[in-house]
Amino acid sequence: MAVLDRVAIPAPLTPTSATRLLVLRNFIVYKSAWKLFLTGFLEPVLYLFSIGIGVGQLIDGFTFHGEEVSYAAFVAPAMLATSAFNGALMDSTFNVFFKLKYEKLYDQMLATPLTTGDIARGEIAWGLIRGSVYSAAFLLVMLAMGLVESWWAVLALPAAVLVAFAFSAVCMALTTWMTSWQDFDKITLAQMPLFLFSATFFPVEAFGDSVLRWVVEATPLYRGVVLCRELTTGIVTWESAVSVVYLAVMGVVGLLVVRRRLDKLLLT
Amino acid sequence: MISARGLRKSYGDFEAVKGIDVDVRQGEAFGFLGPNGAGKSSTMRMIASVSPVSAGELRILGMDPATDGPAIRGRLGVCPQEDTLDNELNVFDNLYIYGRYFGIDRATCRERANELLEFAQITDKAKAKVEDLSGGMKRRLTIARSLINNPDVLLLDEPTTGLDPQARHVLWDQLFRLKQAGVTLVITTHYMDEAEQLCDRLVVMDKGVIAAEGSPRELIEAHSTREVAELRFGVGEHEVLAGKVEDLGDRVEVLPDRLLVYSDHGEDVVTAVIDRGLQPIATLVRRSTLEDVFLRLTGRSLAD
Repeated sequence: MAVLDRVAIPAPLTPTSATRLLVLRNFIVYKSAWKLFLTGFLEPVLYLFSIGIGVGQLIDGFTFHGEEVSYAAFVAPAMLATSAFNGALMDSTFNVFFKLKYEKLYDQMLATPLTTGDIARGEIAWGLIRGSVYSAAFLLVMLAMGLVESWWAVLALPAAVLVAFAFSAVCMALTTWMTSWQDFDKITLAQMPLFLFSATFFPVEAFGDSVLRWVVEATPLYRGVVLCRELTTGIVTWESAVSVVYLAVMGVVGLLVVRRRLDKLLLT
Repeated sequence: MISARGLRKSYGDFEAVKGIDVDVRQGEAFGFLGPNGAGKSSTMRMIASVSPVSAGELRILGMDPATDGPAIRGRLGVCPQEDTLDNELNVFDNLYIYGRYFGIDRATCRERANELLEFAQITDKAKAKVEDLSGGMKRRLTIARSLINNPDVLLLDEPTTGLDPQARHVLWDQLFRLKQAGVTLVITTHYMDEAEQLCDRLVVMDKGVIAAEGSPRELIEAHSTREVAELRFGVGEHEVLAGKVEDLGDRVEVLPDRLLVYSDHGEDVVTAVIDRGLQPIATLVRRSTLEDVFLRLTGRSLAD
């Protein structure tokens, strides 16, 4: 029988090649549904136009770290971080939940040499890639509109990738605890305030010296926003270093948790 | 190919598999039979190296699933109870990407995917969405997919549940061809005709232990008689009449609608019953089947 002709036993998958296969699988899916890709990109662009540019017309003499910048140049990097955040969030929450609970896709993968570690890395990598694609496109929009003010901005893309990695990993980890679609209300509940109050549209100094300011400064999207903003405006301080460490740790912890949770859920 | 000694699986306080010994040899079709909750699927998941062994020893292709999981899974084909097809991909891509998960290169994967579409008789559906396939087609695709890596052992968990008779026969035919070609098959089922058709050897599991082991023929010889005489009397009479025919067979079973007399010579039983002046409404003499063995060993009450 032809179907039983010997296939040479392939070499074992390396973690990198396994991760790439997971990404390939998602790529094949989106190849035919690329329009779904657009929505996540458009949202921050629309905000940039409406608030950054529209509302920005009403604002004069805006400063960041004591230096004067246009309001649009202040909002744009925040939208850059947000586009990474959005892209990562979409895949690592709804899509992962669907695959985990309904499609049983990961059970299918675990019938092959793939491991839970491969699945964790692959799915997070995909979220990261999606977030990065949005960010790269957004960065081009910024460049075209003259909102990039420094050569530091070449580091804004890796920064956005880091934001995507951190959120992709942590959101996927949180998703493993979800039991029904109702739980996703909590995601929306967290997403909106993060988006609105992470010094996206107004500086964190607006919180005065209240505890709230410290809370905001400790949230992940704020770290991403401030990192991107320092890089695209060229006003770089030690805050960027804090953000890089913060986001990297967040991503790695998320990745480890995802792996443990998949072990617990799938290898019973 | 597979050997288990004192194999156990527990989930919290519940023990699903309570110490079983199993040996599956190369090239044979081996069956796990048992009612729901007997521990078949738990055993299969341990063999598939996705469920850690709670106690005892398990070796698959000479390897330990606890340490060599990916290597073992690379040599297994798994056809799960529920189709876990990738609904976001089309039929061809389901086979292609699944092959890639085994580390098989692009060109070989494409070639194998086309061969397997042919094997599953769904070549014309290559570009179709999975959800547009019929139940039988999905099942055939799942089985085709499990063959992509040319496995040494094929694990089939209730392969024909939910299929219509035509689809079941096509599948049996394909499984038979695989067996002929030397693939070791491990099958769980609660269809006795399926087990008799496909399995060289099988174990009957009940409540986590092995209740009996052997070939279908051996099991029938050991746990039943050659024939069964079924006697149908009026409603409510069966209980009373059981005593009057008890001595005619090895064993008599009373069902609400008939008496089953287990004997090596069914016709003689029927003649003797009529000689005694009893007048059954209907009689039937048939050969014992695996189903008789199964019901004897695992009882007639519902498992869940």
